[in-house]
Amino acid sequence: MISRLFKFHGGIKPDSHKSESADFPIRPAPIPPQLVVPLRQNARAIAHCIVEPGERVLKGQRIGKAQGALGTAVHAPTSGTVVEITNRPMAHPSGLDTRCVVIEPDGEDRWIERHPIDPLDTDRAVTLAHLRDAGVVGMGGAAFPSHIKLGDGTGIETLILNGAECEPWITCDDRLMRERAAAILDGAVILCDLIGARRIVVGIEDNKPEAIAAMRAAAEPLEHAIQIVPVPTLYPAGGEKQLIKVLTGIEIAHGRLGSAYGVQCFNVGTGHAVHRAIRAGEPVVSRVVTLTGNVSNPGNFEALIGTPIETLLPLAGPKADTNRYLLGGPMMGFALPDLSVPLVKGTNCVIAASDALFPPPPPELPCIRCTSCARACPADLQPFELYWFSRSHNFGKAQEYHLFDCIECGCCTFVCPSHIPLVDYFRFAKSEIWARERDIQAASEARNRFEFRNFRQEREKAEKAARLAAKAAETKAKIAKEPDAPSADPENSPADAKKALIAAALERAKQQKAAIEPKNTANLSPETQAEIDEIEARRQEQRLPELESTPPGPDEGASEKQEPVR
Amino acid sequence: MTTFSPYIRKPTSVRQVMLTVLIALVPGIAVYAWQIGAGILVNLAIASLTAIAAEAVVLKLRGRPVLPAIGDLSAVLTAWLIALCFPTIAPWWITMIAVLIAIIVVKHLYGGLGQNPFNPAMVAYCSMIVAFPSLMSQWPPAGGLDFQTQLDLILGGARNIDAITGATALDALRTGLRSGETTVGSILQQSAFGALGGRGWEWLGLGYLVGGILLLSRRVITWHMPVAFLVTLATIATLFWLVNPAKFASPLFHLASGGAMLAAFFIVTDPVTGATTPRGKLIFAAGVALLAYLIRTFGAFPEGIAFAVLLMNLCVPIIDMKSQPAVFGHKGGRQP
Repeated sequence: MISRLFKFHGGIKPDSHKSESADFPIRPAPIPPQLVVPLRQNARAIAHCIVEPGERVLKGQRIGKAQGALGTAVHAPTSGTVVEITNRPMAHPSGLDTRCVVIEPDGEDRWIERHPIDPLDTDRAVTLAHLRDAGVVGMGGAAFPSHIKLGDGTGIETLILNGAECEPWITCDDRLMRERAAAILDGAVILCDLIGARRIVVGIEDNKPEAIAAMRAAAEPLEHAIQIVPVPTLYPAGGEKQLIKVLTGIEIAHGRLGSAYGVQCFNVGTGHAVHRAIRAGEPVVSRVVTLTGNVSNPGNFEALIGTPIETLLPLAGPKADTNRYLLGGPMMGFALPDLSVPLVKGTNCVIAASDALFPPPPPELPCIRCTSCARACPADLQPFELYWFSRSHNFGKAQEYHLFDCIECGCCTFVCPSHIPLVDYFRFAKSEIWARERDIQAASEARNRFEFRNFRQEREKAEKAARLAAKAAETKAKIAKEPDAPSADPENSPADAKKALIAAALERAKQQKAAIEPKNTANLSPETQAEIDEIEARRQEQRLPELESTPPGPDEGASEKQEPVR
Repeated sequence: MTTFSPYIRKPTSVRQVMLTVLIALVPGIAVYAWQIGAGILVNLAIASLTAIAAEAVVLKLRGRPVLPAIGDLSAVLTAWLIALCFPTIAPWWITMIAVLIAIIVVKHLYGGLGQNPFNPAMVAYCSMIVAFPSLMSQWPPAGGLDFQTQLDLILGGARNIDAITGATALDALRTGLRSGETTVGSILQQSAFGALGGRGWEWLGLGYLVGGILLLSRRVITWHMPVAFLVTLATIATLFWLVNPAKFASPLFHLASGGAMLAAFFIVTDPVTGATTPRGKLIFAAGVALLAYLIRTFGAFPEGIAFAVLLMNLCVPIIDMKSQPAVFGHKGGRQP
């Protein structure tokens, strides 16, 4: 049992802005005129498309098969017709394209036959495959496949359910916990059994008393050891590592996973998705998303995966001075480069932003080393030191000061009195370091290639020399055996042998040349041949011998003297 | 322009930080004007105007935007700290030269706000006490001069002031102890001394303490530096005092005299030139206190804090480097 809470270093308390959207029940979003379902549902895996344009699909029908170690299936969010399979921009700061299945709904929203399973009665591997084929991934944002996180079912003591929802403005988990607590906990219990954990701990920030009460009520009748723990409202308490620290005191080092420490963490939305997949046989085809910010009608909407964001927005009614839209929270989200991007499984919030609500940051001033950032950093870093190093491109030093332990939560930028966009510097430094590592990798591959080429050339040269020597010896032996060879002197001197060799080679070359006819004069029709003959005759008459010269020889040595590729 | 997360910022600024520090100095200044001499207000005005003018000219010469940088109030803070360290009746030109050195040489020649390795106010103090030792040692007896006389002295009236001025408590104690066989006890009977330290100065220390608590509560400074400074100063003073109370002043005297409180909350806590890590702050402030005590007690100058601060400024890079806190997950605490 959790008897005390722990603290992580730093953290901030921004205005929560939760009440705007948290007070209204989840409403279903209408089926949009067109759905764009990305086959890529996370950074690591892309599903294999198994439908073709023109094909009719039913709601929940698999349209993408899981492929790769981290793959999950992708489903048609409603019934309709596949219009095309094409590249569309994805919900990512880059706005890069990804392969998507475009579906035109028929409006009937007809389900495919659903197959619930009883996890107690089913083989564990089958259940995991069921989750994979139902497209169950982390609904907190990272969209990591849940069946992978369940591992081999041993070594986990505590299953943590993350209901902290620490980012300002976002309330989708809050609403889900208030309205569907039993479903979430049922999913958590299924996960708990699959992972072999002894207890479930649900961490919820204490600014959500209704959610805490609802979850407690839902946990009451369950036999599992479930504890609903209010955690202090302090951003980023919902960061996985921060929440694990608060609840268990365990600090998970950079590059390690909770499973190595006997804890595994799932989002409450994932618990809900697991419940739907197992008990109802329904794959993940929709999710709850918060629409809030500079809108007249904020709230939470259950929308189909693949719904273009621009068709969702009218539900909340953005006000006139809205000038950009943020996907995710204001601390770690990003401004949408394109409003046509579809809702994906990890999309938890769309915020309409205006300059009044989210004023552009004041101009950057010099750092005064006040250490506000270091006091706010939940990773115990010294952001101002990293800033100096990143700014001066001293990336080695930045890594030495644990640049890669930065979780980009934005606390340092939030508190900086000099308005320095510290996180931007860290993103820059990280990408520079990655680029350099790629360069080093590429250079070392090029070097290997070059060295192998040299080695190959040396080898071929040696082999050729050996072959020639063998051949020469053979010919010599042949000449020596034939005493009445035309040019053989009684002494059979080496010079004469060589001469004979050269003569033989010349003869061979002549024969070869005669054998190869110029291609464009082969197989000529009788008329053309006659024409050519006529021209030849005229040329002879006019004495133009220079045109009769031999065709130019092959390009020599051009390929040998190339500069080595770096 | 595309901006990236976070899209929200705490409503704070360098200007606000500096303003908070200036406000925190007000209780101390009020006590100063009341207990020691209202001339401090004239000095503050001279120093502030000089600092703003110097800042503006240098920024212009450096081709930097002038108004935002003056608006951050950092130059005014430097000016105030200089004025508060200097004798109440220091002639105007000494204050002015000191401020010019601080702003032009120490701050801007090193790159401006945030770039200077040395504390500008302390460099100004040290250069002036080396250049004009006698002028920098003439203090009026606390509350002993009327405002008109102070004004005359500051603005360059009669400098024949040996009759009306004296040394500070620290200075008097040091000179007294060196001159002969007198003991701390007998020197403290003189009029320059109050119940704890220099007369009137104890109250000043209290004023600075109030301001310091304000800074702590507003989280402009952390507890590390003031606590480390005062505890170290008290500890080392206690050790010497216990060994020979006749030759060494009590820890209370050291805490209440000179600029101990001003230094503890306003000078060693300068973020730009001080150490930054929690452990580093403790080491830095303790180092300043140790050196200050040694210079006060055994050195040639009446007040050692300024030199101690500069010496410790030199050590900041290595202190910071060697005192980096353990990062999340690398603490070697609870492991699986």
